Amino acid sequence: MDPKKLNMPLEGKDIAGLKAGDRVLLSGIMYTARDAAHLRGIPFDPKGQVIFYAGPTPGKNGRLIGSIGPTTASRMDPFMNELLGKGLAASIGKGPRSTEVKKLHKKHKAVYFVATGGAAALLARTVKKAEVFEYGDLGPEAVLKLDVFDFPAIVAYDIHGGDAFEKINN
Amino acid sequence: MREIDVKKITETVADLCIKASYDLPQDVLDALNEALARETSPDGREIIRELLKNAEIAKKEKLPICQDTGYAVVFIEIGQDVHLAGGDIHEAINEGVSLGYKDLRKSIVNDPLLRKNTNDNTPASVHLDIVPGDKIKIAVLPKGGGGENASAMAMILPTASKDDIIKYVVDHAVKAAPKACAPGIVGVGIGGTFDTVGLLAKKALVRQVNRRNSNHDIAELEKDILKRINASGAGPMGLGGLTTALAVHIETAPCHIASLPVAVNMQCHAHRYKEAVI
Repeated sequence: MDPKKLNMPLEGKDIAGLKAGDRVLLSGIMYTARDAAHLRGIPFDPKGQVIFYAGPTPGKNGRLIGSIGPTTASRMDPFMNELLGKGLAASIGKGPRSTEVKKLHKKHKAVYFVATGGAAALLARTVKKAEVFEYGDLGPEAVLKLDVFDFPAIVAYDIHGGDAFEKINN
Repeated sequence: MREIDVKKITETVADLCIKASYDLPQDVLDALNEALARETSPDGREIIRELLKNAEIAKKEKLPICQDTGYAVVFIEIGQDVHLAGGDIHEAINEGVSLGYKDLRKSIVNDPLLRKNTNDNTPASVHLDIVPGDKIKIAVLPKGGGGENASAMAMILPTASKDDIIKYVVDHAVKAAPKACAPGIVGVGIGGTFDTVGLLAKKALVRQVNRRNSNHDIAELEKDILKRINASGAGPMGLGGLTTALAVHIETAPCHIASLPVAVNMQCHAHRYKEAVI
């Protein structure tokens, strides 16, 4: 099946149509945030937004970033109750999350996407524009605003409780 | 006695860090291609294709294969007939890491609690051995956080059976697969002491992919564990498929009558490893 093309920020109707295991191509605005930025506090209104758990390599030849790919999502689990409660539409990372966080996705009608870990030179090609949004002092952990085109991902958790990792119960 | 200036060590370490970041070794590429030929899951095939394409772009554009350019793990063997001149060897290695990581991600914090980035990816994790001869062998293994976090060790009972060891390794490797960016290499240490078993598991990684342990029984154990891990169906990135690991490498050491340490060091598919001899 061809991947579904979605524009970010995501709307409720986009999210409702997704099922665990679906391939998607994401375009538009997403924000990077990982451990240190979550600890300090997500510096934007999460409603409808997408957080990409990633810390890129530095860019060369005038580019802000070099390679970029997902980090392990479950490290950000302790922050999900609050963020999903505030309307975060989706996050992008790698690996399964806690059962509690999976249930929160159903409750708050949000999705969790996984992207291929370690395919960071390939994923970097989808980033059309990158700028430091906040916390520049955190270096690789700064919050970046990315404008991407056709960023490939797979729906890991959908709003119906579906789980693409169900083969290996975590 | 052969005199070697530590500056040469700095230059070599810097060069190895840079090359490792973008040039995936041929044995890893071969293993990924073999996996693609076997894999039947559509998602699994797509992921492996992405990884091969990624490796191609990385090499061509000298872009890091993975954004996590890792903790610089440096194995250094110094011939006993070498005299090191010109400075402190540990400073020389860290200077090499600092230079090599100029355009790579700085992923090291100065203190586990204060967590301030050192901004040059130092210090390296250095394993230094003195060996016969008059050469220096340096190997750099940039180790990502995902695989390290998904690693484990246990002090199991000395009366445990081989099956118990197999179960511990297989269960762990399957559960860790999605976080450790499967399909990668499962480094296993068996024996030694609490402090050495982790190093055995790490040293098991720095071997050509799927080159078997020279001990026949251990080689058979490697094959058996690999087969079982792949029979789990966890697959690439844990999303289903026949390829959960590319290889299982085991290193063993003598141990205490009361102990049986086992360690599993997970390595992702971005198995970056470069070595040089001075």
